[in-house]
Amino acid sequence: MQPIDGNALAGPLSELFRFDLTETTGECRHCGDTTVLARALVYPDPSGYVVRCSACGDVLLAIVSTEKRTWLDLSGIAGLQIPQ
Amino acid sequence: MVGSWHVGTVVATNTETPTGRSIVFDVPGWTGNLAGQHVDVRLSAPDGYQAVRSYSIASADASERVQLAVDKLPDGEVSPYLVDDLQVGDQVEFRGPLGGWFVWRPTDVGPVQLIAGGSGAVPLVAMARAHAAAQSNEDFRMLYSVREAADAFFASELQSLANEHFALDWIYTRKAPEGAARPAGRITADDLARLALPATSNPLVFVCGPTGFVETVASQLVELGHDPQRVKTERFGGK
Repeated sequence: MQPIDGNALAGPLSELFRFDLTETTGECRHCGDTTVLARALVYPDPSGYVVRCSACGDVLLAIVSTEKRTWLDLSGIAGLQIPQ
Repeated sequence: MVGSWHVGTVVATNTETPTGRSIVFDVPGWTGNLAGQHVDVRLSAPDGYQAVRSYSIASADASERVQLAVDKLPDGEVSPYLVDDLQVGDQVEFRGPLGGWFVWRPTDVGPVQLIAGGSGAVPLVAMARAHAAAQSNEDFRMLYSVREAADAFFASELQSLANEHFALDWIYTRKAPEGAARPAGRITADDLARLALPATSNPLVFVCGPTGFVETVASQLVELGHDPQRVKTERFGGK
């Protein structure tokens, strides 16, 4: 499967955050690469998204949706800089 | 606005290519969008099944009219419906405008290089339109790669926008028009060196197209000396 860009997540993430998370800068917990989330690589699948660091390929975050809840795993991100 | 769904009604369609068309929707309450933004389109079947796909917006103005352009994916779930079946008066749901990163604002300063593969031209057409509407004097160049001339979206409009501040060049990958200087073939680093703004002018570069195309072009740009932070990409998957 071929990835798409992080900016494609603006819609799904707008259901969860009050700001555009794709414009925030995140630090990869695995390799330390620090860049805007819009540059991450997104692997969509029917139940959600796996988002990987464009530098090291490790998982930054995952979103899995079921009928009852959305599970958001941000464990690959060490921190986010959110524009004011 | 963002995060909530609203209804758009088809007011016009236009065949753009053998497999693609543009669609204008009337979206009450739409407050405009930036050039390069996208929408999520949601279709609902009578049995409740829903499908959501992202499409770039071709229009970039403050009206309640939103123009999309869609290429039909042979095994697609949504695009064949949008290209073949959707008719004037039909309604779909929209969420957006979305994404504040792959955008060009008329207040942005500095030269811009647009590089499109196939229907990846759509958000870049929005930027070219915004650049023309703002009568911006910033240097814009567009390099548009298509299989053959008939596969180009908004071809005549793009040609009409060409002037001293907007240069348009074509790459034909399968069949070049008669008299074309360059034989048909995929885009190369040599094409970029010849036809794109040089790294020395430090342009902002927007690349949009199928994932393979975008990755090839982005790595060639970096090899040519472009700052990776100045290269913005939008991959839409596929071949």
